[in-house]
Amino acid sequence: MNVRSQISMVFHLDKCIGCHTCSIACKNIWTDRKGTEYMWWNNVETKPGTGFPTKWEDQGKYRGGWELKDGKVQLKSTSKAKTITNIFHNPSMPSMDDYYEPWTYKYDELLNAPEGSDQPTARPISMVTGEYINVEAGPNWDDDLGGSPVYAENDPNLQGLTEEQRMQLSAIERLVFFYFPRICNHCLNPSCVAACPSGALYKRGEDGIVLIDQKRCRGWRACVAACPYKKTFYNWSTGKSEKCILCYPRLETGQAPACFHSCVGRIRYLGVLLYDADRIEEVAKLPDDQLIDGHRSIVLNPHDPNVIAAARQNGIHDSVIESAQASPVYKFVKDWKIALPPHIEFRTMPMLYYVPPMSPVMSNRNDDTVSSVSDEFFHDIEQARVPMQFLANLFGAGHQGKVIYALKKQKAVRTYRRAVTVGDITMDVAERMLREADCTVEQAEVIYQLTSLCTFEDRFVIPPMHREEAIEMMRDPAEHKSSVGFGFTESPERGL
Amino acid sequence: MISTGPFFLDQIFFIVFPYVAVIIFLLVSIRRYRTEAFTFSSLSSQFLENQHHFWGLVPFHFGIITVLAGHLIAFLIPREVLAWNSHPLRLYILEGSAFVAALLTMVGLVSIITRRLTDPKVKKVTSWADWIVFASFVIQILSGLYVAVFHSWGSSWFASLATPYLWSLVTLNPDIKFVTAMPWMVKLHIVSAWLMIAFAPFTRLVHILVVPNPYLWRKPQVVRWYAAWKSLRKV
Repeated sequence: MNVRSQISMVFHLDKCIGCHTCSIACKNIWTDRKGTEYMWWNNVETKPGTGFPTKWEDQGKYRGGWELKDGKVQLKSTSKAKTITNIFHNPSMPSMDDYYEPWTYKYDELLNAPEGSDQPTARPISMVTGEYINVEAGPNWDDDLGGSPVYAENDPNLQGLTEEQRMQLSAIERLVFFYFPRICNHCLNPSCVAACPSGALYKRGEDGIVLIDQKRCRGWRACVAACPYKKTFYNWSTGKSEKCILCYPRLETGQAPACFHSCVGRIRYLGVLLYDADRIEEVAKLPDDQLIDGHRSIVLNPHDPNVIAAARQNGIHDSVIESAQASPVYKFVKDWKIALPPHIEFRTMPMLYYVPPMSPVMSNRNDDTVSSVSDEFFHDIEQARVPMQFLANLFGAGHQGKVIYALKKQKAVRTYRRAVTVGDITMDVAERMLREADCTVEQAEVIYQLTSLCTFEDRFVIPPMHREEAIEMMRDPAEHKSSVGFGFTESPERGL
Repeated sequence: MISTGPFFLDQIFFIVFPYVAVIIFLLVSIRRYRTEAFTFSSLSSQFLENQHHFWGLVPFHFGIITVLAGHLIAFLIPREVLAWNSHPLRLYILEGSAFVAALLTMVGLVSIITRRLTDPKVKKVTSWADWIVFASFVIQILSGLYVAVFHSWGSSWFASLATPYLWSLVTLNPDIKFVTAMPWMVKLHIVSAWLMIAFAPFTRLVHILVVPNPYLWRKPQVVRWYAAWKSLRKV
């Protein structure tokens, strides 16, 4: 057992209102510089939808992540030999057209417009060339277009859905969508790190944050192609790649990352998970249907005396172990099993988990009356308007079991709370539903507390990082600063 | 070594230039790596334009690597090259493939320059230093092609004339009698090569110095610990 600690995250999709506050908080702090205008280290997508960059989940197109080949996990986009031959032109590299060309407006045309009878307008200009452009794509271009035949219908997760299920998603009266906020998953088996020819990408040993050493990066672009979530971005101005740094300067001072802190719907949770680093390769090789269980099994119980002893042996501070014991993420992922990793079939072993969203009851409208297909107060999970297969493609590597389990538990907790607070459902029914959903009354109470009444302290259990002991004594702080993903000792300008 | 007289300019071009160029190359590269490591990058523009990119960058790089490797081989093992060339058929094969590689380089370079001129986004990230680099490559490759056509069998005379000259520079005992008698186009090719070496560390060409060979033998995953973390814990 090789115990390591990892800062992990849970996004509770049932609470996301799609306001993009997280994206803006991130953008204002980290990516409002030249060359990064198009980057959204945090973005919010509408599902079904094509996402950012367009159709990023389609690995037939982007060739990101890992694949099982001859019993080995191999990068889809590159290999040792291919890295040499493809270094001049990376065939799997997305271009700016797959994202969007950033733009601003020529505001002086408003201020300096001659007096006239028509309203002056500020025309959009490209932030790359400065020329006038026709805006044809943007960061959340298909926002809320759940039923759109142009966007939603091209969602790669619709694969394997019957024609009827597709209709169910987009029939105008029953149109449904949900939001899918994304940041870097800070994976256990990051393909971006494995693909970097320069060895510039690395995982921090103490907390698992994945960073790009800005000094070592040479702009070979392999990480952009290799990340199946497309969360490493190429800065076209400096010729270096950049990515989400999980706001480690904030974490190191005990604050939640900006996107977490600003989350209006309070959907985000953050805490430490202890995991067994020796088993990563073994788990990454499992067949698709065992990946979620394997991924869960790699996360260790921080209350187990053996785990604690092994963690101490590995130099993990007692305060970090205590933090892991209080981690909300551990509860969602291991205790309750209602948080699932996104697209586990990419085999990067993401450490950001999602609680799949409940969706509205399926109903029909006949004249002026709305009739529900379900007689129960809360409808059956299988009759949700978002087909189970769609959620399974996103969160279950195509297998519905784990997703249904997570949703049933959520539904049981709702029913139980309805019985407690309103009383129009009897406690007998509620308790039976809890039993069926593999949930106790005590557990239901805690799930309810942590979902609905959670405070900052409940949602963000940030371990002390003990940087004060580690960095400044041993290294020149300025030198250190230039190799940690963000922060520069010289101005971050393009070389000649 | 250097004396005034009819060969004064030759001495400047073929003795002073190479030493100055190599010294500038080494000093500036090291200084730039130590104080401006951030500027070491391929400065790729593939992200801004992804189609035309292939047709320029791939032929150019494979072409120039082959051509440079040819020069290096003739410099390192001239006897073996001459022995290979003693058979006409083998000479034709060597010269032919070197010429094809040079043509490939030229085609790639023309494509690269066209792309830099026509794509508005790529044009935006093209600096004045890039244009000097492109211009010197054009001179270098065109003069090389001219020499290959009009002063044929360069692979042989390079090994017997240019190699001794280069070695005389390496051994700090410069002897330019091999080059002073050469046609002016060959001289131009040599002088512009020294100029390129001198200018290279100021430009994007430094990406050649940071080719990622360690990738071939490193483990796939990279974890960085703060040096003292574990040892401090045990105290």
